[in-house]
Amino acid sequence: MRLEIALLSGPAILMFLAFVIFPVALAAYYGFYRWHGYGAPTDWVGLNNYKLILTDPAFQQVLKHSFMIMGLSLIIQGPLAIILALLLNQKIRGRSVIRVLIFVPYIISEVIVGTGWSLMLQGDGAMNDLLRKIGLGSLQADWLSDPKLAIWTLMAIISWKYIGFAVILMLAGLQSIPEELFEAAQIDGASYWQIQRRITLPLLGPTIRIWAFLSIIGSLQLFDLVYIIWGQYVSGTAGTSTMAIYMLAQGRNAGNYGYGSAIAVVMFLVSLIVALIYQRFVLRRDLRGAVTEGTV
Amino acid sequence: MSATTARSWFSTAAGPNGPSGRRTGRDAPQKWGSPFTYFVALLFIGVCIAPVIYIVLGGFRTNSQITTSPAGLPHPWITANYVNVLKSTRFWGEFANSVLVALASTVGIVVLGLMVSFVIARYDFKLKGAMYSLFAAGLMFPMVIAITPLYIVIKDLGLVDNLLGVIVPQIAFGLPTTVIILVPFLRAIPNEIEEAAAIDGTSRLGFFVRMVIPLSLPGVVTVGILAFIGSWNNYVLPLYILNSQANFTLPLGVQAFSSQYSTDTAKVLAFTSLAMLPALVFFSIFEKRIVGGLTGAVKG
Repeated sequence: MRLEIALLSGPAILMFLAFVIFPVALAAYYGFYRWHGYGAPTDWVGLNNYKLILTDPAFQQVLKHSFMIMGLSLIIQGPLAIILALLLNQKIRGRSVIRVLIFVPYIISEVIVGTGWSLMLQGDGAMNDLLRKIGLGSLQADWLSDPKLAIWTLMAIISWKYIGFAVILMLAGLQSIPEELFEAAQIDGASYWQIQRRITLPLLGPTIRIWAFLSIIGSLQLFDLVYIIWGQYVSGTAGTSTMAIYMLAQGRNAGNYGYGSAIAVVMFLVSLIVALIYQRFVLRRDLRGAVTEGTV
Repeated sequence: MSATTARSWFSTAAGPNGPSGRRTGRDAPQKWGSPFTYFVALLFIGVCIAPVIYIVLGGFRTNSQITTSPAGLPHPWITANYVNVLKSTRFWGEFANSVLVALASTVGIVVLGLMVSFVIARYDFKLKGAMYSLFAAGLMFPMVIAITPLYIVIKDLGLVDNLLGVIVPQIAFGLPTTVIILVPFLRAIPNEIEEAAAIDGTSRLGFFVRMVIPLSLPGVVTVGILAFIGSWNNYVLPLYILNSQANFTLPLGVQAFSSQYSTDTAKVLAFTSLAMLPALVFFSIFEKRIVGGLTGAVKG
């Protein structure tokens, strides 16, 4: 039996250790060096990279953006997804077609989303043209490069891309609520709003909390969309760069691999701390320690 | 906005039509919802797919059409952009690379994931919990965090600018989700089946091959589809690993194409829409499984 276990689990575990855990550990190791990527790192600087990060105004900037994206994603997508799911959960014609169509943005790759949106949002692009044509010409704007606006443009694109996922999750959550509850409440004379507030929302809780968790982790590690639409330099001036963008700019592009690795570690720690806090205070009831205690 | 929407709901959708699947005979299947619901649904769908339509239609226009009226419709319709892309070896080469990488990654993720999930789900041993935690923790490591050292590891293995350098890490990073989805699936197979198989003289490995694989097929398909789409859309890893255009996958190809032909918007749009087509077709075929799989994973 031991042989069976080893044979069946060995390849996956080796693979996982070699290409996930080892690189992550390596990042932590490089973070203690000043290193430009050639040969083995030798210039041990202890915690200096981390001290630098704490006082680096550019890092504070990207940290702020990442948290802003996290918070705004929750505030914008959460309520909207719940409302849309409640609406779409009614018996209406073409429900399955609707489900497919709202999921389309989620399926399309970030590169295509980025390429398409940046073409549409250029100064002389389709968005401004559309606004002109429907008589809202005064709303035309420099969507991508105006630093006051760019982060909101990013939020709009993120919401567009990921809301379908949230709605689909909420719909599944709604469908798992036993309908007897609604019937009973209706017989007892509960109004539509009372039913939503007292029955639907509490029972949808676990779904909402899991969605929020996924959204938080995704936001803190956002990279592709920003990199594709703005690139690392423009995202700096447009005020949309995230921790991951800064990490890449420092590491791969500026050649400060030690510092870049330290940023990766901080990024991971920030996600981990947020995740643990979230798990401790919000998810606890749902998971009963599934992740932390490792009970299957 | 919530206040007004709320009120109109209240009047139109009185009562929780919610998940009430069955309804009393008379009005059951033919019921149309309120017009308001359709209006919001259409609006939402419109917002979701308008950019996609813009990309697809843009490919049917000429550059001068796009310049004079960026938000207009094709007039007349031009197929030259699409034909050119479809005739180019560049598109098909990148397409083939994407298919190859996605298939190999999917097979790797499914095979390795199924094996290890089977162990975690159906064997009893001391390190079982730790093994599960290991993979669960892997959900916290997105590729982007480890990308620099990962690149160095791949470089040391001599796999830079090689499709294997993308496939292998993708398999490793795909395992956590797979394990999380498949373990509950495999645990749900009744013990009686395993016992019956044992009585008939089947070993546990035999049980795995003959019973578990067929019985867990729905879960496997879900995991496989997620792996395929994840690979198809992956950007960061190919960005680091693949240097020469001959090895590009479609996401890199789209980006390279759009910066190379930045003045030829129509061509870029045609290339982009052809690149997104496979994922969309794949998704519409397997929509039920993808959605079911995602939601199953969340409900745990």
